[in-house]
Amino acid sequence: MPPFLFWIFALLMLVFGAAVVINRNPIASALNLVVSFLGLAALFMSLDAFFVGIIQVLIYAGAIMVLFLFIIMLLDLRAEKLRKINWLASAGGIAVALVLLTQILYVIGNLKAAQQTFPPLARSTIDDVRNVGLVLFGNYNLPFQIIGILVLVATIGIVLLSRHELR
Amino acid sequence: MSGDVVDQIFIRAKQWLLSWLAGAPDWIIQITSSLLNIFALLGVFLTLFALISVLERKILGRMQNRYGPNRVGPFGLFQPIADGIKMLIKEDIVPARADKIVHFLAPILIAATAILALGVIPYGRNMTPFAIDGGILFFFAVGSTTELAVFMAGWGSNNKFSMLGAMRAIAQMVSYELPLIITTLPVVMVAGALSPDVIVTAQAGYSFGFVPHWFVTTPWGAAAFVLFFVSGLVESNRTPFDVPEGESEIVAGHMTEYSGFKYATFFMAEYIGMFAISGLAVTLFLGGWHAPVRVLQFIPSYIWFFAKLSALLFVYIWLRGTLPRTRIDHIMNFAWKFMLPMAFTCIFAAAVWHYMGRGLAGWLCSLAVIGIVYIALSILLDTRKRFATRTYRFAE
Amino acid sequence: MAPNPYFFIVIFIGVALVFPLLPLALAWLWRKVFQPPKPGAQKNATYECGVESIGDAQIQFRSQYYLYAIIFLIFDVEAIFLVPFAVAFTGLPVGAFIAILVFLLLLIEGLVWAWSKGCLNWAR
Repeated sequence: MPPFLFWIFALLMLVFGAAVVINRNPIASALNLVVSFLGLAALFMSLDAFFVGIIQVLIYAGAIMVLFLFIIMLLDLRAEKLRKINWLASAGGIAVALVLLTQILYVIGNLKAAQQTFPPLARSTIDDVRNVGLVLFGNYNLPFQIIGILVLVATIGIVLLSRHELR
Repeated sequence: MSGDVVDQIFIRAKQWLLSWLAGAPDWIIQITSSLLNIFALLGVFLTLFALISVLERKILGRMQNRYGPNRVGPFGLFQPIADGIKMLIKEDIVPARADKIVHFLAPILIAATAILALGVIPYGRNMTPFAIDGGILFFFAVGSTTELAVFMAGWGSNNKFSMLGAMRAIAQMVSYELPLIITTLPVVMVAGALSPDVIVTAQAGYSFGFVPHWFVTTPWGAAAFVLFFVSGLVESNRTPFDVPEGESEIVAGHMTEYSGFKYATFFMAEYIGMFAISGLAVTLFLGGWHAPVRVLQFIPSYIWFFAKLSALLFVYIWLRGTLPRTRIDHIMNFAWKFMLPMAFTCIFAAAVWHYMGRGLAGWLCSLAVIGIVYIALSILLDTRKRFATRTYRFAE
Repeated sequence: MAPNPYFFIVIFIGVALVFPLLPLALAWLWRKVFQPPKPGAQKNATYECGVESIGDAQIQFRSQYYLYAIIFLIFDVEAIFLVPFAVAFTGLPVGAFIAILVFLLLLIEGLVWAWSKGCLNWAR
C-alpha cells in the first residue's frame, strides 16, 4: 500500500474519532465511530492482515454498532445540552495530553527497534485465514475451548440479566 | 477451440484495451484495469436492474391475470426509462425535522454497499472483478454495513414509521445474518477456501457424465442452499419477509420520507442486493459458471451464470406473487429456533460426508443426520397441538 | 493482468460511493434549472398519514431489540471463530474436528438455554 493511503486512513480515523468525542448527540457519535472503525480496518488490511480487517468490519461495524444503536434507543439518550466550557479543566486536559504525547515520542525516539526500517513482510502463498485456522485448531486447542466456555458464560449472563430486567 | 474464444471474449477485449497502454507506468495500467472491471460490472447490473424491474411487474401481472406494463416501447420494455425520467423530475422533499446529513447519506451508503457486494462473485471463467482470497468474508463484511445504512435512513428521517421500519428491518436482518454466514461454512469446509473462484473450481466435473458436482446435489448442500436462499430473501427484504416496509402497516418503513431519486436509490440498492445474494447462492451451491451437463459445456461460462441467476430471480418474483406477508414474531422465531440449529446441522453433515469418503455412504449418512434433526425440530416446533379442536356453533 | 486487490478495493469503494451521487447531482441540477423548490410548512412536515405528528420519533424502544442484538453479537463472534476452522478443515486432523464439535455443543447449549428461558420469543 502506498504511504499516502496510510495517511488518508489514519487521518480519517483521527478526524472521526475526534467527532465521536465532540458530538453531543449519542447516535451521531456512534455513526462517526463506524467510520473510524472502517479506517482502522483499512489500516489492518494495508498490513496484509486481511482477516483481522474483515473481522473489524463484520464484528465492530456490523454487530457491535447495531448493539450500541439499540442500547441508545433503549436508554432513550438525548443530545446533551451545550454546557459552558470550563476553561481551567480544558487547559488541564490539554496539558495532560501534551505531556503524554511528549512521553510517547520520547520513548519511541529511544527505542532501538523503532529506528530501523522493518524488513518487508514475507508474502504467504496460502491465504491468512487458513493459516489462522491451522494454528488455532492445531496448537491452541485448549485456549480455544476456554474461549468457547467464556462465550457460553456470556450467553447465560445475558439471559439471566435480561430476564431480571424485563420483568 | 472456437468455444474458448467466445468464452474468454471479454477478457481478450480487456487485454486488448490495456495493450494500448503498454508503455504507461504501472499505476496507470492498474487504475485503468480496475476501472474497466468496475464499469463493466456497473453497466451489466444496471441493465439487469432495469430489465428485472419491468420483468417483475410483467410476471406479477401474469400471475394476477393481467398484462402488466405494456404501453412504453415494445412489450413495455422502455418502462424503466420512463420511470427514471419520472423519478428525476419529482421534487426531492426533505422533512423539516429530519437530520439533513444523515438523511442524505443513508441512500448513498446503502447503494454503495450493495454495489461493493457484487465485486467478489465470479461471473465466468477468469471473470471475477475483485479476486481475493477472502471473497466470501468481504461479501459478509460489506453486507453487515447495510444495517447501519437502514438505521441511518430510519433515524435521520425523524418519522415514526421510518424508525419502526428501520428497527424491525435491523432486527430481522441481524437474526438472519447468522444462518446466512453459517450455511456458507459447509461449502467453505469442503472447498477448503474462502475464495469464490476456488469454490467454483471445486464444483467442476460430473458423475456418470450427467450429474454435476454442484454442492446442491449433496444432502447438506441442498439443505444449506434452502436455508441460504430463505436468509437471502430476508436480507433483501423480499416479499414473504417484507415486514420492515409492509405498506399496509408502516407506509414504506425506513423509506417513508424519501422521494425522487433518493427513493430510486433505495429501490436500486434493494434489487442490486438481491442480485448479489442470488449470485453468491449460485456461486456457492449451484456450481457458479459450470454447465449443468457435460455436452452443454460449449456454451460460454457467463451465459450459464446469468441463466442460473435469472432462474433464482424468477423464484424471488414467483414467491412475491404467491406468498402473503409473515408476522414479525414468526419471522424471528423461525430464525432462532429453526434456521440456526439447522445451519449448525449442515456443518456437521458436511463433516460426516467428508469423513466418509465423499461417496454414496457419506451421502446417505449426511442425509440421515439432516433428516433426524429436521424431524426433531419439526416435532419440537409443532404448534398445532396447542390449539383445541375447533368447534362450530350454528344459529338455529 | 489482474489489478492489485488492495489497490482495486480502494478504487472500488471510491466509485461505489460516487456512483449513487451522480443521479442525485443530476436531480439537483434539474431542480436548479427547471424546478425551483417551493418548501412549505405542511409540505415539509413529517409524514404521518395525514395526522399531525406529535412528539419526537427518536423515542425509547423496547428492550427486546437490544436482547436480540446482544445474542446476535455472541453468535456472530462464534461464527467468526468457525470461519478459520472451515477454511482449514481439510488440513486438520480428526481430533481438531472433535474439538470444534465440543465448541459447537457449547454454542448450541447457550442457544438451548436462551430458548428454554424464553429469550427467543419475540412476542411476550
